[in-house]
Amino acid sequence: MSSDANKSPSASQKTRFWHDPAKRAILFQSLLVIAVLGFVGMIVQNTLHNLESRGITTGFAFLSQEAGFGIIQSLIDYSESSSYGRTFFVGLLNTLLVSVLGIIAATLLGFIMGIARLSNNWLISKVASAYVEIFRNIPLLIQIFFWYFAVLRALPSPRQSLEPIENIFINVRGLYMPEPIYGDGFGWVVAAFFIAVVAVFFISRWSKKRQDETGQRFPMLWTAAGLIIGLPLLVYWVMGSPLTWEAPVLKGFNFRGGMTIIPELAALWVALTIYTAAFIAEIVRSGIEAVSHGQTEAASALGLNRGKVLRLVVVPQAVRVIIPPLTSQYLNLIKNSSLATAIGYPDLVSVFAGTTLNQTGQAIEVIFMTMLVYLTLSLLVSAFMNWFNTRMALVER
Amino acid sequence: MSDSAKVTDTLLPDLPPPANSTGVIGWMRMHLFSSPVNALLTLFTLYILYILLVPSISWALINADWVGDNRDACTSGGACWVFIYNRFDQFMYGFYPEMERWRIDLTFGMLAVLVIWLMVPNLPKKGLVSVLTLVVYPIIAYFLLYGGSFGLEVVETHKWGGMSLTLILAIVGIVAALPFGVLLALGRRSEMPIVKSFCVVYIEFWRGVPLITVLFMASVMLPLFLPGEVDFDKLLRAMIGIVMFQSAYMAEVVRGGLQAIPKGQYEAAQALGLNYWKMMGLIVLPQALKLMIPGIVNTFIALFKDTSLVLIIGLFDILAIVQAGLSDPNWLGFSVEGYTFVALMFWVFCYGMSKYSQHLEKRFHTGHGAR
Amino acid sequence: MSMTHQVEDKLMVEMRGVNKWYGQFHVLKDVNLEVKKGERIVICGPSGSGKSTTIRCINRLEEHQKGDIIVDGTTLNNDLKNIETIRREVGMVFQHFNLFPHLTVLENCALAPIWVRKTPREEAEEIAMKYLRRVKIEEQALKYPGQLSGGQQQRVAIARSLCMNPQVMLFDEPTSALDPEMIKEVLDVMVELAEEGMTMLCVTHEMGFAKTVADRVIFMDKGQIIEENEPHEFFNNPQSERTKAFLSQILNH
Repeated sequence: MSSDANKSPSASQKTRFWHDPAKRAILFQSLLVIAVLGFVGMIVQNTLHNLESRGITTGFAFLSQEAGFGIIQSLIDYSESSSYGRTFFVGLLNTLLVSVLGIIAATLLGFIMGIARLSNNWLISKVASAYVEIFRNIPLLIQIFFWYFAVLRALPSPRQSLEPIENIFINVRGLYMPEPIYGDGFGWVVAAFFIAVVAVFFISRWSKKRQDETGQRFPMLWTAAGLIIGLPLLVYWVMGSPLTWEAPVLKGFNFRGGMTIIPELAALWVALTIYTAAFIAEIVRSGIEAVSHGQTEAASALGLNRGKVLRLVVVPQAVRVIIPPLTSQYLNLIKNSSLATAIGYPDLVSVFAGTTLNQTGQAIEVIFMTMLVYLTLSLLVSAFMNWFNTRMALVER
Repeated sequence: MSDSAKVTDTLLPDLPPPANSTGVIGWMRMHLFSSPVNALLTLFTLYILYILLVPSISWALINADWVGDNRDACTSGGACWVFIYNRFDQFMYGFYPEMERWRIDLTFGMLAVLVIWLMVPNLPKKGLVSVLTLVVYPIIAYFLLYGGSFGLEVVETHKWGGMSLTLILAIVGIVAALPFGVLLALGRRSEMPIVKSFCVVYIEFWRGVPLITVLFMASVMLPLFLPGEVDFDKLLRAMIGIVMFQSAYMAEVVRGGLQAIPKGQYEAAQALGLNYWKMMGLIVLPQALKLMIPGIVNTFIALFKDTSLVLIIGLFDILAIVQAGLSDPNWLGFSVEGYTFVALMFWVFCYGMSKYSQHLEKRFHTGHGAR
Repeated sequence: MSMTHQVEDKLMVEMRGVNKWYGQFHVLKDVNLEVKKGERIVICGPSGSGKSTTIRCINRLEEHQKGDIIVDGTTLNNDLKNIETIRREVGMVFQHFNLFPHLTVLENCALAPIWVRKTPREEAEEIAMKYLRRVKIEEQALKYPGQLSGGQQQRVAIARSLCMNPQVMLFDEPTSALDPEMIKEVLDVMVELAEEGMTMLCVTHEMGFAKTVADRVIFMDKGQIIEENEPHEFFNNPQSERTKAFLSQILNH
């Protein structure tokens, strides 16, 4: 704030303290700091006193103690003799797993439903709009309970498993699928895939440049599809099909081998997908509708066909409207995955802020770590989306 | 008049449009079978709907049993609504003593009158009624529901439950979060760096964590924060958690409303000599609050749905009480009916409110907001 | 031809060496201006020349960084008390009217007397009606701004400022957001106000108004006062090349 005007010689009357906004701001902010510090200090003091009187030691030493409880799904090695610290990572990875699965599926379903709402087919747009109105107005927790208790619990026992496709079994204990066993040389197939992606990247740059210079266009979509699918397939065939499947087999009361999707994961995944997709559909619809009709008309009047109008005019503008709210839906999905605890899917909140907290009683440390994880995830996702947004804005100009 | 002028004296009559563009056939051709792909999609969708809807309807309505005393009344093979019918009062009022339930009815009845007054356009004294609703009514509601004075028997909060608890949580959350939200939003737009950063950190912190961890924190950590062995009410703990959480979301709604007020309004108010608080109180907030109503209704819907999470910390909202009913040995196996009922209850409220907020948005959007 | 009227020696507004920057951009360069009580001044110039900024500094909607601004004996500085005093004495009319859409016309006018001058409501409404009558719009008093035409809204905005009984009126392009057929009704009100001896600073492109009403015309360009003269001389015998260029642009078409 400038002070030149303040010091002017003609300032006949002396400024009173509370009439100077700069000083007033300092006073007000000091009061706020004192109040907050006092409040926090009081809480800390009470907490320390309470912890002492309850005989709880503070600190993170408990993380290295043996957990002594089992977890039904873990992406890393875990047993009852693992430490509490490890339960944190098991939970975190399970949270990430269901979040990533949910985000992919909800994005797909949401875009389909959002576009379907704009369809000129009356029936389809009505069905899509009914879908949105039904599922976004029912609490997620009810939907999770419905899928878990009402639908998946009603499935048959392992002995009477449903087998919709050969070697895929559905029963009350989960979904059993064959597990891929990677043989020698499968690495080359993966490498071929990445080579194809890189190649597509360079070809598309070349084709854009050529179009800029000569006006000729290159069938990019077909080339890309051919390369990305064809090259790995070719290598796969050359290497002698280095991939086998291990099917699940019924032994005793349950299946052994293969991959399993436990019903907790399935219910959570389905519910998160259906719930979030309803919101995404709304976002997609309003994003596309936000591009004014005049834009479409102007583009058509220039002689662009329907596909090009969409690709060159509507989508680039709609994407910018869609991305910010879409980001917050992704964040919501990640946060909502914590409802896992209600059906016992072993996510971060369920395992760490649930079982570990109850066994150790280290409420403050555990809740602090849990909240920190979600805060970090939130910040990361929004940082990524911000970067994406600025990039979009720059590319378009 | 020059020779090139063309003139006609006969008025052309209005003719009906070509037959294939009107009527049921024309409509279907345009909206369902406009192309082969569309026709296929239509037929496919119809087939899916047939598979899904016909059994559902026959289960839920045609083959359902509605009235009875126990599960033996369910003989038709469809839905057994007898379960809901028998426990309806409990689902609504929780374990609130039967003799005292009129107090809940009265509390919500009063609220309904106030809210309808505010919602119906052209009713006078909206300002006064808003103050009544936001300030006076909560006090009356507290004494009515909890009791302890005016000769009303005390009803401990652990007896509260069902739909009424769900509504109480959501309403308390919104009403108490509103003033905090306004302060936080003003703080976030303030030019004082410490105030601003404090508000930003507060808002972003609560918006970054899931409600469930907030509820855990409120139920596990709040007792640790307070002096001595104060073992305070579980419901109150949940409410504190919800209000802290909700204030952050409310602040963002308020901020949106404030941003929608053009700069000229601030300037005109300043030019007339109004100071900051008068400018905010007389010019900016009255306009912004009106614009915020759709946003507030939307956060209310979100909160209303989220209140179902209190089940995880052991409060008996409507979902928890239905869940408890499902594990009653006399009524095992009716989980579909139970969840369908709760879902329907929530859906009716949320859908109604979302339609109302859309209606308001449309009204503000077309600029006919001036009462 | 300016009309005969009373110009006192008392200085109402005094700007001495006023400078202002927006970031690196120097918007006002050494602006010096003295306005006597009862004087009518028209400020013109191309867009972006700093004319609006100049008058917005007088009631502190914009903060100047160097120099002094003294209004009716009160120096503008960071003292909120002084700012309040000055804003009470200085009325302002905006290009986009800036009426409060949630209040009726009458409430718009009575607001400041009630909350700033602490006038009883009834009395404030009487004052409001008096000025609404003066701008010939009293029959619209109970309507909302959204229900009025642009010209009517601007007249209400003038009445709203007058209700504070200001010593000085600032007009920031009061007619440039109006449809042509509504400009006259607003200018008529402004001319009437001038005839009653109000001290006025007008940023406007209405050269007819400047010719009939102004005591002085000020031409600004690139943040500087380029030329200052009484209207007859200003229009018929401009001194600076930039003034000539500007006048030829706005008068010849």
